[in-house]
Amino acid sequence: MATAEDVVLEARGITKIFGNHTALKGVDISFRRGEVHALLGENGAGKSTLIKILTGAYTPDGGTIELEGQPVSFTTPQQAQALGIGTVYQEVNLLPNMTVSDNLFIGRQPSAFGMVNRSATDAMARTVLAQYGLDIDVRAELSTYSVAIQQIVAIARAVELSGKVLILDEPTASLDRHEVEKLFEIIRTLKARGLAIVFITHFLDQVFELSDRVTVLRNGFRVGSEPVSALDRTGLVRMMLGKDLVHHNNGPVDGEPDGGDVLMSVRQLGLTGSVLPLDLEIRKGEVVGVAGLLGSGRTEMARLMFGIDVADNGALHIDGESRVVRSAREAVSLGFGFCPEDRKADGIFGDLSVRENIVIAMQARLGWFRALNRDEQLEIAGNFIEALDIRTASAELPVKLLSGGNQQKVILARWLATDPRFLILDEPTRGIDVGAHAEIVRMISRLREDGLALVVISSELDEIVSYSSRVVVMRDRALVAELRGADITPSRIVQAIAGQGVENVA
Amino acid sequence: MKRLQLTEIVRPQLLALACILLLNWFVFPGFFTITWQDGRLFGSLIDVINRGAPVAILAIGMTAIIATRGVDLSVGAVMAVAGAVAATAAVAGQPLVVTLIAALLVGLLCGLWNGSLVAFLGMQPFVATLVLMVAGRGVAQLITEGSIVTFSDPALIFVGTGSLLGLPMPAVIALALMLAAHLVMRRTAMGLFVEAIGTNRSAASYTGLRTRTVILTLYAFGGLCAALAGVIAAADIRGADANNAGLWLELDAILAVVIGGTSLLGGRFSIPMSVLGAVIIQAMNTGILVSGLPPEFNLIVKASVIILILVMQSDRIGEIVARRFARLKLRGKT
Repeated sequence: MATAEDVVLEARGITKIFGNHTALKGVDISFRRGEVHALLGENGAGKSTLIKILTGAYTPDGGTIELEGQPVSFTTPQQAQALGIGTVYQEVNLLPNMTVSDNLFIGRQPSAFGMVNRSATDAMARTVLAQYGLDIDVRAELSTYSVAIQQIVAIARAVELSGKVLILDEPTASLDRHEVEKLFEIIRTLKARGLAIVFITHFLDQVFELSDRVTVLRNGFRVGSEPVSALDRTGLVRMMLGKDLVHHNNGPVDGEPDGGDVLMSVRQLGLTGSVLPLDLEIRKGEVVGVAGLLGSGRTEMARLMFGIDVADNGALHIDGESRVVRSAREAVSLGFGFCPEDRKADGIFGDLSVRENIVIAMQARLGWFRALNRDEQLEIAGNFIEALDIRTASAELPVKLLSGGNQQKVILARWLATDPRFLILDEPTRGIDVGAHAEIVRMISRLREDGLALVVISSELDEIVSYSSRVVVMRDRALVAELRGADITPSRIVQAIAGQGVENVA
Repeated sequence: MKRLQLTEIVRPQLLALACILLLNWFVFPGFFTITWQDGRLFGSLIDVINRGAPVAILAIGMTAIIATRGVDLSVGAVMAVAGAVAATAAVAGQPLVVTLIAALLVGLLCGLWNGSLVAFLGMQPFVATLVLMVAGRGVAQLITEGSIVTFSDPALIFVGTGSLLGLPMPAVIALALMLAAHLVMRRTAMGLFVEAIGTNRSAASYTGLRTRTVILTLYAFGGLCAALAGVIAAADIRGADANNAGLWLELDAILAVVIGGTSLLGGRFSIPMSVLGAVIIQAMNTGILVSGLPPEFNLIVKASVIILILVMQSDRIGEIVARRFARLKLRGKT
């Protein structure tokens, strides 16, 4: 159905080398008019490198790029944009403190005698956004709108500026289901207008829902380009991983949830303005899944348990003894560990090496004076790099150079090195690739079998169902339900989040 | 993915020092001449490490503070306070031990004050230490009662002008302090903690580090170093001048740390490299002095050299050089 004439952008034999590492090896790819082309691959497969080359942010070390049959080479994103290739990044990179219409037309506002014609700009902005079904106050600051609307503004700007190829880098990562639908509608409209759309995502469902063609990268090679109609889920996953993924067998976790000893029990624990008083028991050898929407108080609950915030109400018992956990340090000394939701802001030490990132919690527990020497550090780091299959060229690499999934594993390794008995994982699989995702899910189950107590917060219900011995549901800062056994199903959790037909915890 | 940094090929600081020393030699042929006289070494080179010692000592304390994204602007004023305390104690006939302990204790208190403001009240280090930078000189003037307090205690004077193993006392003290501080940082986990806090303070506290205690300790150590530098400066001129002792030296100390490669954005640090930075600054000062150029040149030359070093350290330049190397390599292969 697509002929060679439909090809807008074609790259052949793209090669990119960073130091000793070859990020892309002879990758061929072509994008056609009126087609949504999904670009898939695990983190570190070379997706972002390829995108950066196609948009002029990187210069390739080999290969050619043709735009509508003409060879092109650009050295800056501005050149690529001027030739018709626009990009919208995951983190919207507009100007949050300027108005919507400024963001759309900055640098090319209609003007007379050197003065910007505001009302003309605003009218143009309204016309443009109307095409996207958006009727908003274009004079308001961009930051006053939701991420979804900011994203649409970013898309509108990219399309206005470029108009031939639109590259969307994980556009759905921070959107809710409704917003994703809206975005997809817009993408379909743009597709009908004849744009070539490149779509990068981690969600396989979205690939099948939206895309016409899929290209999979692995380790810098192109594994294949196929029309979506020729693929099924398993086939796609196999292409990405190069092996059959043992897909997590959903179903309630075996074993008696009330079997282990109670490690922590909280009674009416709460913090004004953060979490309403709640009761919860956490036992050794079980995973307590925490479900709830963003802002439901799930992260805040975890922060109370780990001493980052201090409760102003209720009591906390550990091993039957009443304790007040006043700081993360006290929590760590009790054998707790916490993988925070925002990996970059609260988790990793970007410039420090993988080795230092792994040993830091253990060293913090030992104190400054009893230092692990370099050999000990290397051995500990090496063991965990191997055990958790952390993909890094060396233990001395700054951790910021690793992919998201591997950074998450480094943080897990950091806590496992302290030999914890209680781990809190806040969104441990957010924004990481399929392979690492499955590994982390498997690891959670393995740690439970080893007798650890775990609290895992996640927005992915399938995932929660697959590893939880019990699920608690948070809504409006309160713990509203506790599900056990056969009740642990995605639909029951959704009901509880929505507040229908649930028994309140007595 | 590893980006080849220019700093990994040649330490630009060593290169810079070599250039400056060579230049000094051109303008003053006797620059490298070292003589042995009265049981100690004399010469311009010795002069460089002797005169550079106070800034080097300040830089030793400043390095770890800057590595946690902080800064201590008060060290010059603390030098004046400690010098005033030492001079008054010496005039009152106290033995050297008491004089030293009193001066160092005052420095420690100043550092704890700064550290408390930064670590526990969460004030911006720039503002928090500005308080003492201004107030410190007032305190020093109160102690000296507005005059220059001179003393003649030979033991105290020895700290500033004496020699040990042929080397001037200030240089010996600076080197010993550098070694001790470096060992404490690298042989214990303190260095790792400092770098972790400087890289990501939030992650550091999630990890269970006592971030506040560490920061407090570093400022306290910075105060201690400043007091030591103040005693040396006072002993050198045999008097405490509340108005001029250590004046603007906080800027030289910050400069020394930055020349040594520690980023003002925190993270990785090296105390010996900061000391090297202090030596570079002093080599420039001495060079201009011995060359007979008007001292006004000092400031301009200093600024030029600093720009040169910072350009050589910049990531951008490192990238460009790395790219050139990569191209050459690629061409060599094909």
